[in-house]
Amino acid sequence: MRTIFDCPQHDGSDGLFPTLDVPREGVDRLIDQALLRSNPPRIPNVCEPTVARHYTALSKLNYGIDDGLYPLGSCTMKYNPKVNEDLARLPGLAGVHPLSDAALAQGTLRFLHELTELLCGIAGLPGVTLQPVAGAHGELTGLFLFKRYFEDRGDLKRRRILLPDSAHGTNPASAAVAGFSVTEITSNDEGMLDLDALDAELDETVAGIMLTVPNTLGIFEKGILEITERVHAVGGLCYFDGANLNSFLGRARAGDMGADVFHFNLHKTLSTPHGGGGPGSGPIAVSEPLVDFLPVPRIEQRDDGFGLDWEQPRSIGSVHSFYGNVLVAVRAYAYILQLGDEGLREVSGDAVLNANYLQERLKETYSLSHDGLCKHEFVLSGRGLAEGISTLDIAKRLIDYGIHPPTIYFPLIVREAMMIEPTETEGKESLDRFIEVMERIAKEARENPELLHQAPQQASIRRLDQTRAARDPILRYQFPEGM
Amino acid sequence: MRYLHHQTADRRDMLASIGRSSIDELFSDIPKAVTDAFRPLGLPARSEQEIVAEVTSLAASNAATEKSCFVGGGIYDHYIPSLVNHMLLRTEFYTAYTPYQPEISQGTLTAMFEFQTLVCELTGMDVANASLYDGATAVAEAALMAERIRPKGKVAVARSLFANVRRVLDTYCWASEIEVVELPYLPSGQCDLSNTPPDASAVILQSPNAFGVIEDLSGVKERVGDALLIVAAHPISLGILAPPGEFDVDIVVGEGQSLGLPMSYGGPLLGLFAAKREYLRQMPGRVSGQTIDADGHGGFTMAAQTREQHIRRERATSNICTNSALCALAATVYLATVGGNGFRRLAELNTEKAHYLADRITSIDGYALAFSGSFFNEFVVRVPGDACALHQKLLDEGIQTEPPEPLRTHGLENALRIAVTEKRTQSELDRFVEVLETSGGAR
Repeated sequence: MRTIFDCPQHDGSDGLFPTLDVPREGVDRLIDQALLRSNPPRIPNVCEPTVARHYTALSKLNYGIDDGLYPLGSCTMKYNPKVNEDLARLPGLAGVHPLSDAALAQGTLRFLHELTELLCGIAGLPGVTLQPVAGAHGELTGLFLFKRYFEDRGDLKRRRILLPDSAHGTNPASAAVAGFSVTEITSNDEGMLDLDALDAELDETVAGIMLTVPNTLGIFEKGILEITERVHAVGGLCYFDGANLNSFLGRARAGDMGADVFHFNLHKTLSTPHGGGGPGSGPIAVSEPLVDFLPVPRIEQRDDGFGLDWEQPRSIGSVHSFYGNVLVAVRAYAYILQLGDEGLREVSGDAVLNANYLQERLKETYSLSHDGLCKHEFVLSGRGLAEGISTLDIAKRLIDYGIHPPTIYFPLIVREAMMIEPTETEGKESLDRFIEVMERIAKEARENPELLHQAPQQASIRRLDQTRAARDPILRYQFPEGM
Repeated sequence: MRYLHHQTADRRDMLASIGRSSIDELFSDIPKAVTDAFRPLGLPARSEQEIVAEVTSLAASNAATEKSCFVGGGIYDHYIPSLVNHMLLRTEFYTAYTPYQPEISQGTLTAMFEFQTLVCELTGMDVANASLYDGATAVAEAALMAERIRPKGKVAVARSLFANVRRVLDTYCWASEIEVVELPYLPSGQCDLSNTPPDASAVILQSPNAFGVIEDLSGVKERVGDALLIVAAHPISLGILAPPGEFDVDIVVGEGQSLGLPMSYGGPLLGLFAAKREYLRQMPGRVSGQTIDADGHGGFTMAAQTREQHIRRERATSNICTNSALCALAATVYLATVGGNGFRRLAELNTEKAHYLADRITSIDGYALAFSGSFFNEFVVRVPGDACALHQKLLDEGIQTEPPEPLRTHGLENALRIAVTEKRTQSELDRFVEVLETSGGAR
């Protein structure tokens, strides 16, 4: 694969910055010479047309939402409205320094404050911080709040976080970074949290539970109210991973289910782009007992406008350099305003309709992990399709048909899992094609399994050797001798 | 709603084909008590045109963008070549997810690999990840990484770290029960290492530091003993400053906003993270690695994934998943567009202009540099009289400096921190001086 370092070099001027307009002193006179570098960084000198072609060529090796169906479970790969890209690039928003006096940033502070209130309303909870910039960052911030809450009460023995065995990997990782130990709770045959297993673990060492609602099998925990009640009854707190909010947007609120912390993924539910892995935004909404501990600064409305409030002595402090991903927040803000209540409700309606439609049609061909109503996603297994065929083979064969594979090998409690989330921005035509392709792949698996083993053959590159990359990783360009 | 496909008839047909009578029935598994409690926002749907008008008017009410910007503190007002944004707007880049399927993600993975290489080149380190959230969480992650390598329950940190970065470090260390010990600064503005605790897992410095002063890293590694040496660096300064890697530094972190990202009221940002190769297995965050495909052709895939949360769960090196991928792409395109020669010139322009302004200001009666150490594009001046009044006076004249209050947390009364980038013209610099000359100490 050609990199920018392999492109032809030029020796023209950069032509980007004006010539120096103050008298030149020379950096070696201005800065202690011992501090200066003798070997320049090997940044290539490439003319602009070559740079443009290089990155355009690279972009064509990617697959984005505008290329087609992207049914990546738990990732909510919905259409990213183009207008929001324009809004985030308005110079009046993009050009504001974060250390500006509040008086100079009133427009930004206003929409951040309004977004905070909108998110409170969507979550049904009284406090929101926009500081976390990713779902996992929201988890971590939420768990910091748990920790501070118990510290504040002098309840120092609460060191354990309970997690269902179907949890996202970030949940246990966040718990560990926040200084908690993790206890896994098994799921029952229906794919829901086993209440007896929960009871067996509930005691005064439990800080709380982290739940994904609906869970990663796409199932709404029918015992959600019992679960949160029981955790609260022993003095614990309830964290809700909001990655799956798309399934109940405009119809139900985490606060009404007993959540103490609920994180949003603005880059999932609220349509902001994933950017190939980020930046995202992971605001959290919290219940009344946790409001005082939220990060500083907080955006507040005053008589003379909007300002930043640093005077919160019980706060956990800060979790981000400034106020979170402001330009991601503005995209989500515009999205909510455009949709209104009715639009938000339609989002979850069509997202859940699409998932159930796919589930019903595909369960004849692939084994379904748990039958019944699903929410916005469901989990199939590639097991038993044909001898020697793995879920990985099915995923790679989908690439040959021009479709992005679902999330695979997750959740961990389903062997050979394929987690499928179509989102509301797919039409029936697109869903029917996916069904047809999945059925065709099942047929190929039995009749011509090599087509699957050898897949993909239609992508720009064949199946990549992951083991080689893991064993002795080459993580940077190897410059030729003498460069 | 215009982002949805289905017509009423589609919904009816689809529902019929799965044996359901209504959309609402699909939500019958949510407890009634929960759905009964639901309250809408009271928000009508609105048109794209109205939303554009409204947000545009919000943007217009941000007076900051009308001022001449001399604010720094980790975020700088640099020029961004037009090409950067055009490449970011390729939808194949910005609408893609994390590259879990490498065969259809070679664009992202190749750019990540280039980014890692460029970060290594700038910092002089062996390995770099594909980004963290921002410079502050990068410092916090570095401290946690040092504690994994040398568990001591204590890190020593220069007082001259940016206050906002320090706040985040403190929060993370509090949660992990790591004590944070502060190292004072010398009259030069550089860190005073004379009382470095012998039992810290890491010593954390910033260069240029919160006073704009460049730390002299030679010999520091020997002085910190067994501790890992972590340096938070400013990437543009590395166009001319010796890279931390030359001084045996263990981990280099930084805020990458200056590399082609707008100031954005502080987000999205770009966390830079680089380390010695021996610490790769303890490094947080995603990395792209070179490999071959089934036909033996070279390509890229995510590497060293056994460190990460989706594999290792509670034993992962970090909980990070979503990072700042598109910002890292911006930095990569930015550096490719500016080029090696342009990058050096850029660092020179920043240095020359900042020193020009500093010289002119300190030639006014009552103004003096707060520190004697060398600086890059940012410096602290002591001002006669009330710094807040002076800050306001400058604002009234269309010149934006950082509000002086935060400097007080560093023990500096009546001082201003001033940053100068290539975007400030000589006439803006001269105007700044003129306002100070006529302010009479802003008493």
